[in-house]
Amino acid sequence: MLPFLIKRLVSLCLSLVAASLVIFFVIEVVPGDPASFMLGMNAEPDTVAALRDSLGLNASIPLRYWQWVSGLLQGEFGTSYTYKVPVRELIADRIWVSLPLAALALLLSTLIAFPVGVIAAARRNSPADVSIMGVTQLGIAVPNFWFAMLLVMFFAITLRWFSAGGFPGWDAGLFAGLKALTLPAVALALPQASILARVMRSSLLDTLGEDFVRTARAKGLSQRQALWRHALRNALIPVLTIIGLQFSFLLAGAIIIENVFFLPGLGRLVFQGITQRDLIVVKSVIFLLVFAVILVTFIVDMTYAIVDPRLRRARA
Amino acid sequence: MTSIVKALAFAGALAVTSALTPAAFAAKTDINVGLPLEPPNLDPTSGAAGAIDSVTYSNIFEGLTRFGPDGGINPGLAQSWTISDDGLVYTFKLHEGVKFSDGTDMNADDVKFSLDRIGAEGSTNAQKALYADIASVEVVDPLTVKVTLTKPNGNILFNLAWGDAVIVAPESADNNATNPVGTGAFVLKNWAKGDQIELARNENYWGEPAKLDKVVFKVIADPNAAFAAVMAGDVDSYMAFPAPENLPQFDADPRFRVVAGSTEGETILSTNNKMPPFDNIKVREALAHAIDRKAIIDGAMFGYGTPIGTHFAPHHPSYVDLTAQSNFDPEKAKALLAEAGFPDGFKTTLKLPPPSYARRGGEIIASQLRNVGIETEISNLEWAQWLEQVFKGKDFGLTIVSHTEPLDIGIYARPDYYFQYDSAEFQKIMEDLNNATDPQERNRLLQVAQKKIADDYVNGYLFQLANTGVVNAKLMGVWENAPTQAADMTGVYWAD
Repeated sequence: MLPFLIKRLVSLCLSLVAASLVIFFVIEVVPGDPASFMLGMNAEPDTVAALRDSLGLNASIPLRYWQWVSGLLQGEFGTSYTYKVPVRELIADRIWVSLPLAALALLLSTLIAFPVGVIAAARRNSPADVSIMGVTQLGIAVPNFWFAMLLVMFFAITLRWFSAGGFPGWDAGLFAGLKALTLPAVALALPQASILARVMRSSLLDTLGEDFVRTARAKGLSQRQALWRHALRNALIPVLTIIGLQFSFLLAGAIIIENVFFLPGLGRLVFQGITQRDLIVVKSVIFLLVFAVILVTFIVDMTYAIVDPRLRRARA
Repeated sequence: MTSIVKALAFAGALAVTSALTPAAFAAKTDINVGLPLEPPNLDPTSGAAGAIDSVTYSNIFEGLTRFGPDGGINPGLAQSWTISDDGLVYTFKLHEGVKFSDGTDMNADDVKFSLDRIGAEGSTNAQKALYADIASVEVVDPLTVKVTLTKPNGNILFNLAWGDAVIVAPESADNNATNPVGTGAFVLKNWAKGDQIELARNENYWGEPAKLDKVVFKVIADPNAAFAAVMAGDVDSYMAFPAPENLPQFDADPRFRVVAGSTEGETILSTNNKMPPFDNIKVREALAHAIDRKAIIDGAMFGYGTPIGTHFAPHHPSYVDLTAQSNFDPEKAKALLAEAGFPDGFKTTLKLPPPSYARRGGEIIASQLRNVGIETEISNLEWAQWLEQVFKGKDFGLTIVSHTEPLDIGIYARPDYYFQYDSAEFQKIMEDLNNATDPQERNRLLQVAQKKIADDYVNGYLFQLANTGVVNAKLMGVWENAPTQAADMTGVYWAD
């Protein structure tokens, strides 16, 4: 187990270094000077120069890279060009929208997908299976922003049960916060649940055809017992991979849903940072998201090792 | 399954009752205002972003003079002023008993500090050039300030009304970006970044107190989300509404009132006057006749907007209607092109910034130009790219942009300005205008200037951007026109 862990940790660190280099240089070559953008069409050249200076944009590129990375290592992300507050504070505010939203969506998606996938696999080709396959196909095909708009039209405009969007903050209470995240989480969860249910079903069907399941059946277990005791655990590996990918996607990719519900999450922060050329915010948030994705992948790798003991020995 | 339905119904009932209770007992004294863009910070003296003024102008910060809803100049912190006969010395008498929201007094020293700060070394004021003629600011007594100019500038009272010249205090100025301290009728209460900005009534305001006790600006950028937010009653007022196609639907709904006022935004087909073939006036004249303004206003702006024939706001008293001089006449355009040596037309670039007037208008203009033989290669740019390539780099043939600064015809006197119009004659007119303080003479010169740039066909003049928005039918006192980018909430109230 230990060598496997070390190998994974080294690869995690290398990925982070590579990511920081790519992010920094890609953002350096993006056209558009932050200072001219902030000052607009009537600014005098010396005003722009003064602002560039105060933003620290005149230092050399290697020096700025070093300042950024050494700041990251100390948990200091720098100061936002436009908001003029530490990026750390901006991220801290937003992460309490994005993280609960992703977690809620993932929870919903898993709660729906597990039973649905197991039922479909256990009753293969039954009417239940066929209708589940049909509905999940639809769930994958429907774009989540469109589904989100339908939810808003029905629950916010017609029924007036929910606000059309916005986030009152956790200060307003747990109920108010969860209420504001309900529709977005449902909109995010539907396609994810559809994908997950289908993966669950096919993975389980594959496992059910394996020799050890037949052996278990030959020993006298019923179909259901064999499924619950032997097949399910073995079918989990592809499902875990998908869950890991989905969490990363939900955290980083909720930007469209955040726009539909005007939620102040990380995705909107990046989007706003790009259009306003608040490059320090863009760099730091993207790095943080990359870090989260790499970390999730790492955790998923670790879980494989727990689910499948062979991996611990084989890769070591 | 039934228990889920019950739970949902219960949650819904709860939501409905909690939403209704406050409204049933008291008259409303708060308002939610939709904003298409979030201000990057709350210091109007530090950057060009119009969203800063949307939140702070007149609400949090005030200047010596201020814009009225009709675009006229009203007294602000200065209750009156006198102008010396040579037009060089302005003496402002300040209101008494004005306090900043941190409790300190506002007096002549703060005025001197604020005005000196604009031109100081290392200043990041985006409109520095407007105040370049100020030679000195002198404190006569705590309530009197003398501003001396290097040369007469008939626009100075107007320029002092801009958000960029608001009065700030030396001890708080550096923190205004995040913790604004002004003299206005509201104070910042809370800013949940990316979501909303909450203002509360300033209980110690020196003038007539605001009628509302709470104003919440909600940032809703997406057009569909903005529509849903208004329909669901999440916002009570949304000016500069991003989805004009939905306005007729609001208009038909008795809960709402659709507003279509004027702005200072002259929307023009900017032409690179130094780039061949646009250095040929015949080619520019041909462009002017190739454009069908009505089709652009109907197609890109859903009918909202006033055609213009020069770079001047139609609601300004000195406006001259010159639209007939560049009427839609494709045959004439083709003839002019042939005369200029381009019987088969030519190819050029059309670079479009993000607003819908540019993106939608650009497609329509491209097809109109194609009809007279001019092929355009359209590229869509973000604002930062647009500023870099078009505005700074002057690397463009044509572009579409709305010049939203009030009374900005003076940009045509700057030969290095991005459309590169260099006319000694026009520059002389502007110089005379700056020296003139007599209102009649100024009026005459403004009209001469408008005609000059129309005669030279500097740019394609399209339309004056309308200030379209939707407000709750019971909301009174919302500014319909936008003489500056402001959402002045000081006079807004609910009719029971």
